[in-house]
Order: sequence, then structure tokens, then C-alpha cells
Amino acid sequence: MYTLELKVNGRAYKVEVKATTTLLQVLREKLGITGPKVGCETGDCGACSVLVNGKLVKACITNALTVHGKEVLTVEGLGRPGAFHPLQLAFHEHYAAQCGFCTPGMLMAAKALLDENPKPTRDEVKEALSGNLCRCTGYVKIVDAIMAAAGEKA
Amino acid sequence: MALNVVGQRVKRYDGLAHVAGETRFVDDVIVPGTLVVKGLRSPVPKGKIKSLDVSAAEKVPGVVAVMTHKDVPNNRYGWGGDQYVLAEDHVRYRGELIAVVAAENEDAALEAVDKMKLEIEEQEPVFDPLEAMKPGAPKVRPEGNIFMYGDSPCRKIIFGDVNEGFKKADIIVEGKYHHQGLKHAQMEPHVSLAVPEATGRLTIYTVSQAMYFHLTWVCNIVGLPMSKVRMIGGTVGGGFGAKNDVHADHIAALLALKTGRPVKWRWTREEDLLFSTFRGSWDMEFKDGVTKDGRLVARQVKSIRDSGAYTSLNAYVVDKHCFLVAGPYFIPNVYVEGYCVYTNKPPASSMRGFGITPATYAGEMQMNKIAEALGMDPWELRFKNAFREGEMTATQRVLDSVALIETMQALAGLVGKELPPHLKAMASTQKREG
Repeated sequence: MYTLELKVNGRAYKVEVKATTTLLQVLREKLGITGPKVGCETGDCGACSVLVNGKLVKACITNALTVHGKEVLTVEGLGRPGAFHPLQLAFHEHYAAQCGFCTPGMLMAAKALLDENPKPTRDEVKEALSGNLCRCTGYVKIVDAIMAAAGEKA
Repeated sequence: MALNVVGQRVKRYDGLAHVAGETRFVDDVIVPGTLVVKGLRSPVPKGKIKSLDVSAAEKVPGVVAVMTHKDVPNNRYGWGGDQYVLAEDHVRYRGELIAVVAAENEDAALEAVDKMKLEIEEQEPVFDPLEAMKPGAPKVRPEGNIFMYGDSPCRKIIFGDVNEGFKKADIIVEGKYHHQGLKHAQMEPHVSLAVPEATGRLTIYTVSQAMYFHLTWVCNIVGLPMSKVRMIGGTVGGGFGAKNDVHADHIAALLALKTGRPVKWRWTREEDLLFSTFRGSWDMEFKDGVTKDGRLVARQVKSIRDSGAYTSLNAYVVDKHCFLVAGPYFIPNVYVEGYCVYTNKPPASSMRGFGITPATYAGEMQMNKIAEALGMDPWELRFKNAFREGEMTATQRVLDSVALIETMQALAGLVGKELPPHLKAMASTQKREG
């Protein structure tokens, strides 16, 4: 076992992990942070997307020890009721969530995009979401929501 | 009267929970001390189980329980009542569940599955439903490869007299269509959490799309009355028909009752894609009789559904396909045969439309083919044959509130199709001439 120290959503944690433990397992099973979902465990679906030091990663294929000393942001840290991030409100406003399972990952991918490129084109939004699958919406409403949130930020 | 909902934009009641990441899906319910499950699945598509020895698996540190069919109070379940909770003497598809283990952690569960000694005599499988229908084909099940609707090997729809209809036709247009199998690939994998309560009740957190059906199945399998089993569902991370069959609830329930511990079984995405229910493929043959002026006067269809190894919802899927394969068109003479055929694939089941989607695909391809044969605008052909108010379907239902013509008129505007004046003037309420 190894000791992993990390910050998640601004709070510091110290947990014991194996060499094979993933960041997703740490978040869900050790810390009870269940916003990031288990969809495929192969990095294909994006439901576990989180930010590590501001960069978008798939938590299911990120070895936990590689985030030692780093800061992780999940949907729980993006915004809370009363202080939602514009992306969260735009997703709600534009019906970008149906079953909601992909939503936490979609929001984090969108946040990573807007942090780097606050005024993306629709094509740039689609490109940024290419690692995140949704099986309900057909993506149109999700792209609409992100475009609207980008407008709000301006 | 003021309308609060109709005509208004109504926000999803669960939308803010979704964007906050607060929506609690089954896998997000975390109970301390929960055991994890792994299953031994058949490595072959068809075979006879010669022997199964799980004694080494039971000795793996961290393993709390191992179950085979001998431990299941009622081992048969499913929409057709023909599936085995855990395989007994035979396996009929690769991935069919044979034994399960509940352990303190995933490593122990995987090691235990690895240590199960299974001896299977592989038998000749059949994968193509058209081959499976032929006399002398390898038998998927001892009773045969075709589902029996009573004493009939197919669902039949007979309306008017299709042979008389063909005589009235100027041309006959035939078409063969294949619709491939599909997986729902819903985002949330199959998962279940069963928690034994101090009250003697069992609580099951389920992803079911058909919870009250599944409650009765689970009660029957584990041998408890419905008053002792509480299922909590409703939050489904995508289903699209994948979750109309029980995949994990019954196993989690059995192991929870055996161990007295909470048990969670989450299928891997690989298991989900390879072994859970899917939309079976279809082979459809159409023969349509049409007059020179574009009226369909007869339609004959033979459809074959690849149902996989067990009945599941396939018989119902074939029913709905047959009921609707004549399309949204008034055809006075219809003859349909629909076959539900077993093959050595995982059981197929419902997916978005219960057999109607492939029927529509083939039927509309056929309409285009007819239009081409007549040299007619395909819009014109559809307008000419569209159901009118008060007409009768092939299943002898008289229709009301018919609006296909109006829908097509609206659609034409949206896609930039300029309709000729006589189609613009058409209405569903106008009586058909002739």
C-alpha cells in the first residue's frame, strides 16, 4: 500500500492505495465522491471525466498515484445549488441532460474547454466533447448549452 | 382555461440534481461492508456441462459465498420463463452464467472465478437464424429452434385476401431487407445492490425499466413473498430497452440472502456489450401489389427475428413487428408471417420500438422502391396511401385522430420540399376515392 495525498474540490485528503488503484476508485470508493461515474473503465465513454490541475482526464484510466500532490476538480466542486457554474445552469436551461449519467463528465469536459477557449465555435465544442459519450440527447442540446454558457461568460 | 404545462417550457424536475452531480444512480449507493460479485460464464456458445468444481474457489481468502444452480430456490426465470438463473446441464450461448461468487474485494472474486474447474463438452452451434430454421440444423434447444405461437410456428396477420389483391395489381414489387443486430450501449452498465435488512426484508436498488415485473421474478427466484422484498428504482442511467430484462438483481439478491451481507454486482462494459440483451437482427421479405396510379392493394411480408438462445421479449417483439409492418398506409389486403428463431447468441430482447423500427426501415425502403418502379415522386406515393380518418388497419382497428397527411405537409415545409397543389390540398378527413 502507498499513501496518496491529494486535494479534491479544495479539500485535502490522505488515503492508502494500491499500485493499481485508479483515481476513479479513490474518488468513489475511498472518498464517496460519486459525481464521476463508472461507465466503461477503459477511457472510452468519458463519464468519469475530471480535471487534474485544470487538465481534463479520464479518472478510470488515471493511476491514483500519478495525482499525488495535485488538485482534482469534480462536478461536485464545479458549483453548488445557489452558486452554480454558468455551465450547470445552461445545461439545465437547454435540456442538455436527460438520464443524467454522462452529465458530470460532460460538464467537466466543457469546463476544460471554456477555461482554455472562452469563445469556442460549435465545431470546437464538438471536438472538445469527442471523448464523452451521451446516448440520450444526440448531443445537440449539450452543444447548445455550452455555446450559451460561453455567451454568458462574455 | 389557463394552461400551466401544455405549450409551456417545463424544466426537468431532476435537471438541477443532474447538473449538480447529486442524482444518485444505483452504483452511487454505497453501503459499508458491501461484497462484490463476479461470475463464471460459459466460454463456448453451445455445450454440455460435464462437471463443475468450485471447492478451490470457496477457499480463496476474501471469498464469502459461491453459488451454482443447486443453491437457487427457483432456477427458471425470464419473460418466457425459459432462462436459467445459473446454467444446469447445458449452455446455449457464450457468456451464459454458470456460477457466481461474492467476495470482500474484486481481486478475490476474480481469483475465485479463475479457480473454478469447469469441464464442458462443446457442441455444434448455429448462429444464422436462416440456417437455424432449416431441417437438420443443430438444435439450440431440445424442443426446436422456432418459438411456437400456440400450434403455429409464426405470428400471422391476415387481412382481406392478399392473393386476390395481387390480381388487382398492375405491378408487383419485391424487396429483401436485413437489419443488423444492435446494442443499446446505455451509459450506465447493468448494476444491482441488494441489502438484507434487520427486519427480515431485502432491499434491492435496481436499474430496472420494468420494476414490478422484475419484483415478481426476483421473489420467485429467491423464494420470498413480495412483502419481504423492496425494490428501489426509477433512476436509470439510460436503458433504451436494455433494462427490461433482469441482469443483476436476482444474483445480488441470492448472494445477499446467502451471506447476510449487502451485495453489489456491476457488470463490466465488456460483459454488457458481449452478453446482455440486445436488438436481434431481422431478415424481412416484402412482396407488394401496386396499381399504376400508385395504390398499394396487397402486401405480403415474411420476417425472421434472430432471438438468441432464449425467448425473453422476442415473441412480443415479433408480435409488434407484425402488427405494424404494413406501415401507416391503408392496404386492403395484407398477409404477414413473423418468426422468432433461436440461435446460440445471448438472448435478444427489447430495444427502442420492440421490432417496429426494423419494420419501418424495411417498409419505407420498399415505398421508395415502389415509387422508383412507378416513376412516381415518393412523396406522392406516401400521400396516396396514407391512412385517412376512419380507415381500418391490418389488425382490424378503425383509426381516429389520423394526421399522417398533415404531418407530411408540415415536414415538407421543414425540409424545403415544394409539394404540388393537389398534395397541399389533401387532408386526413377527406374520404378516399375508390
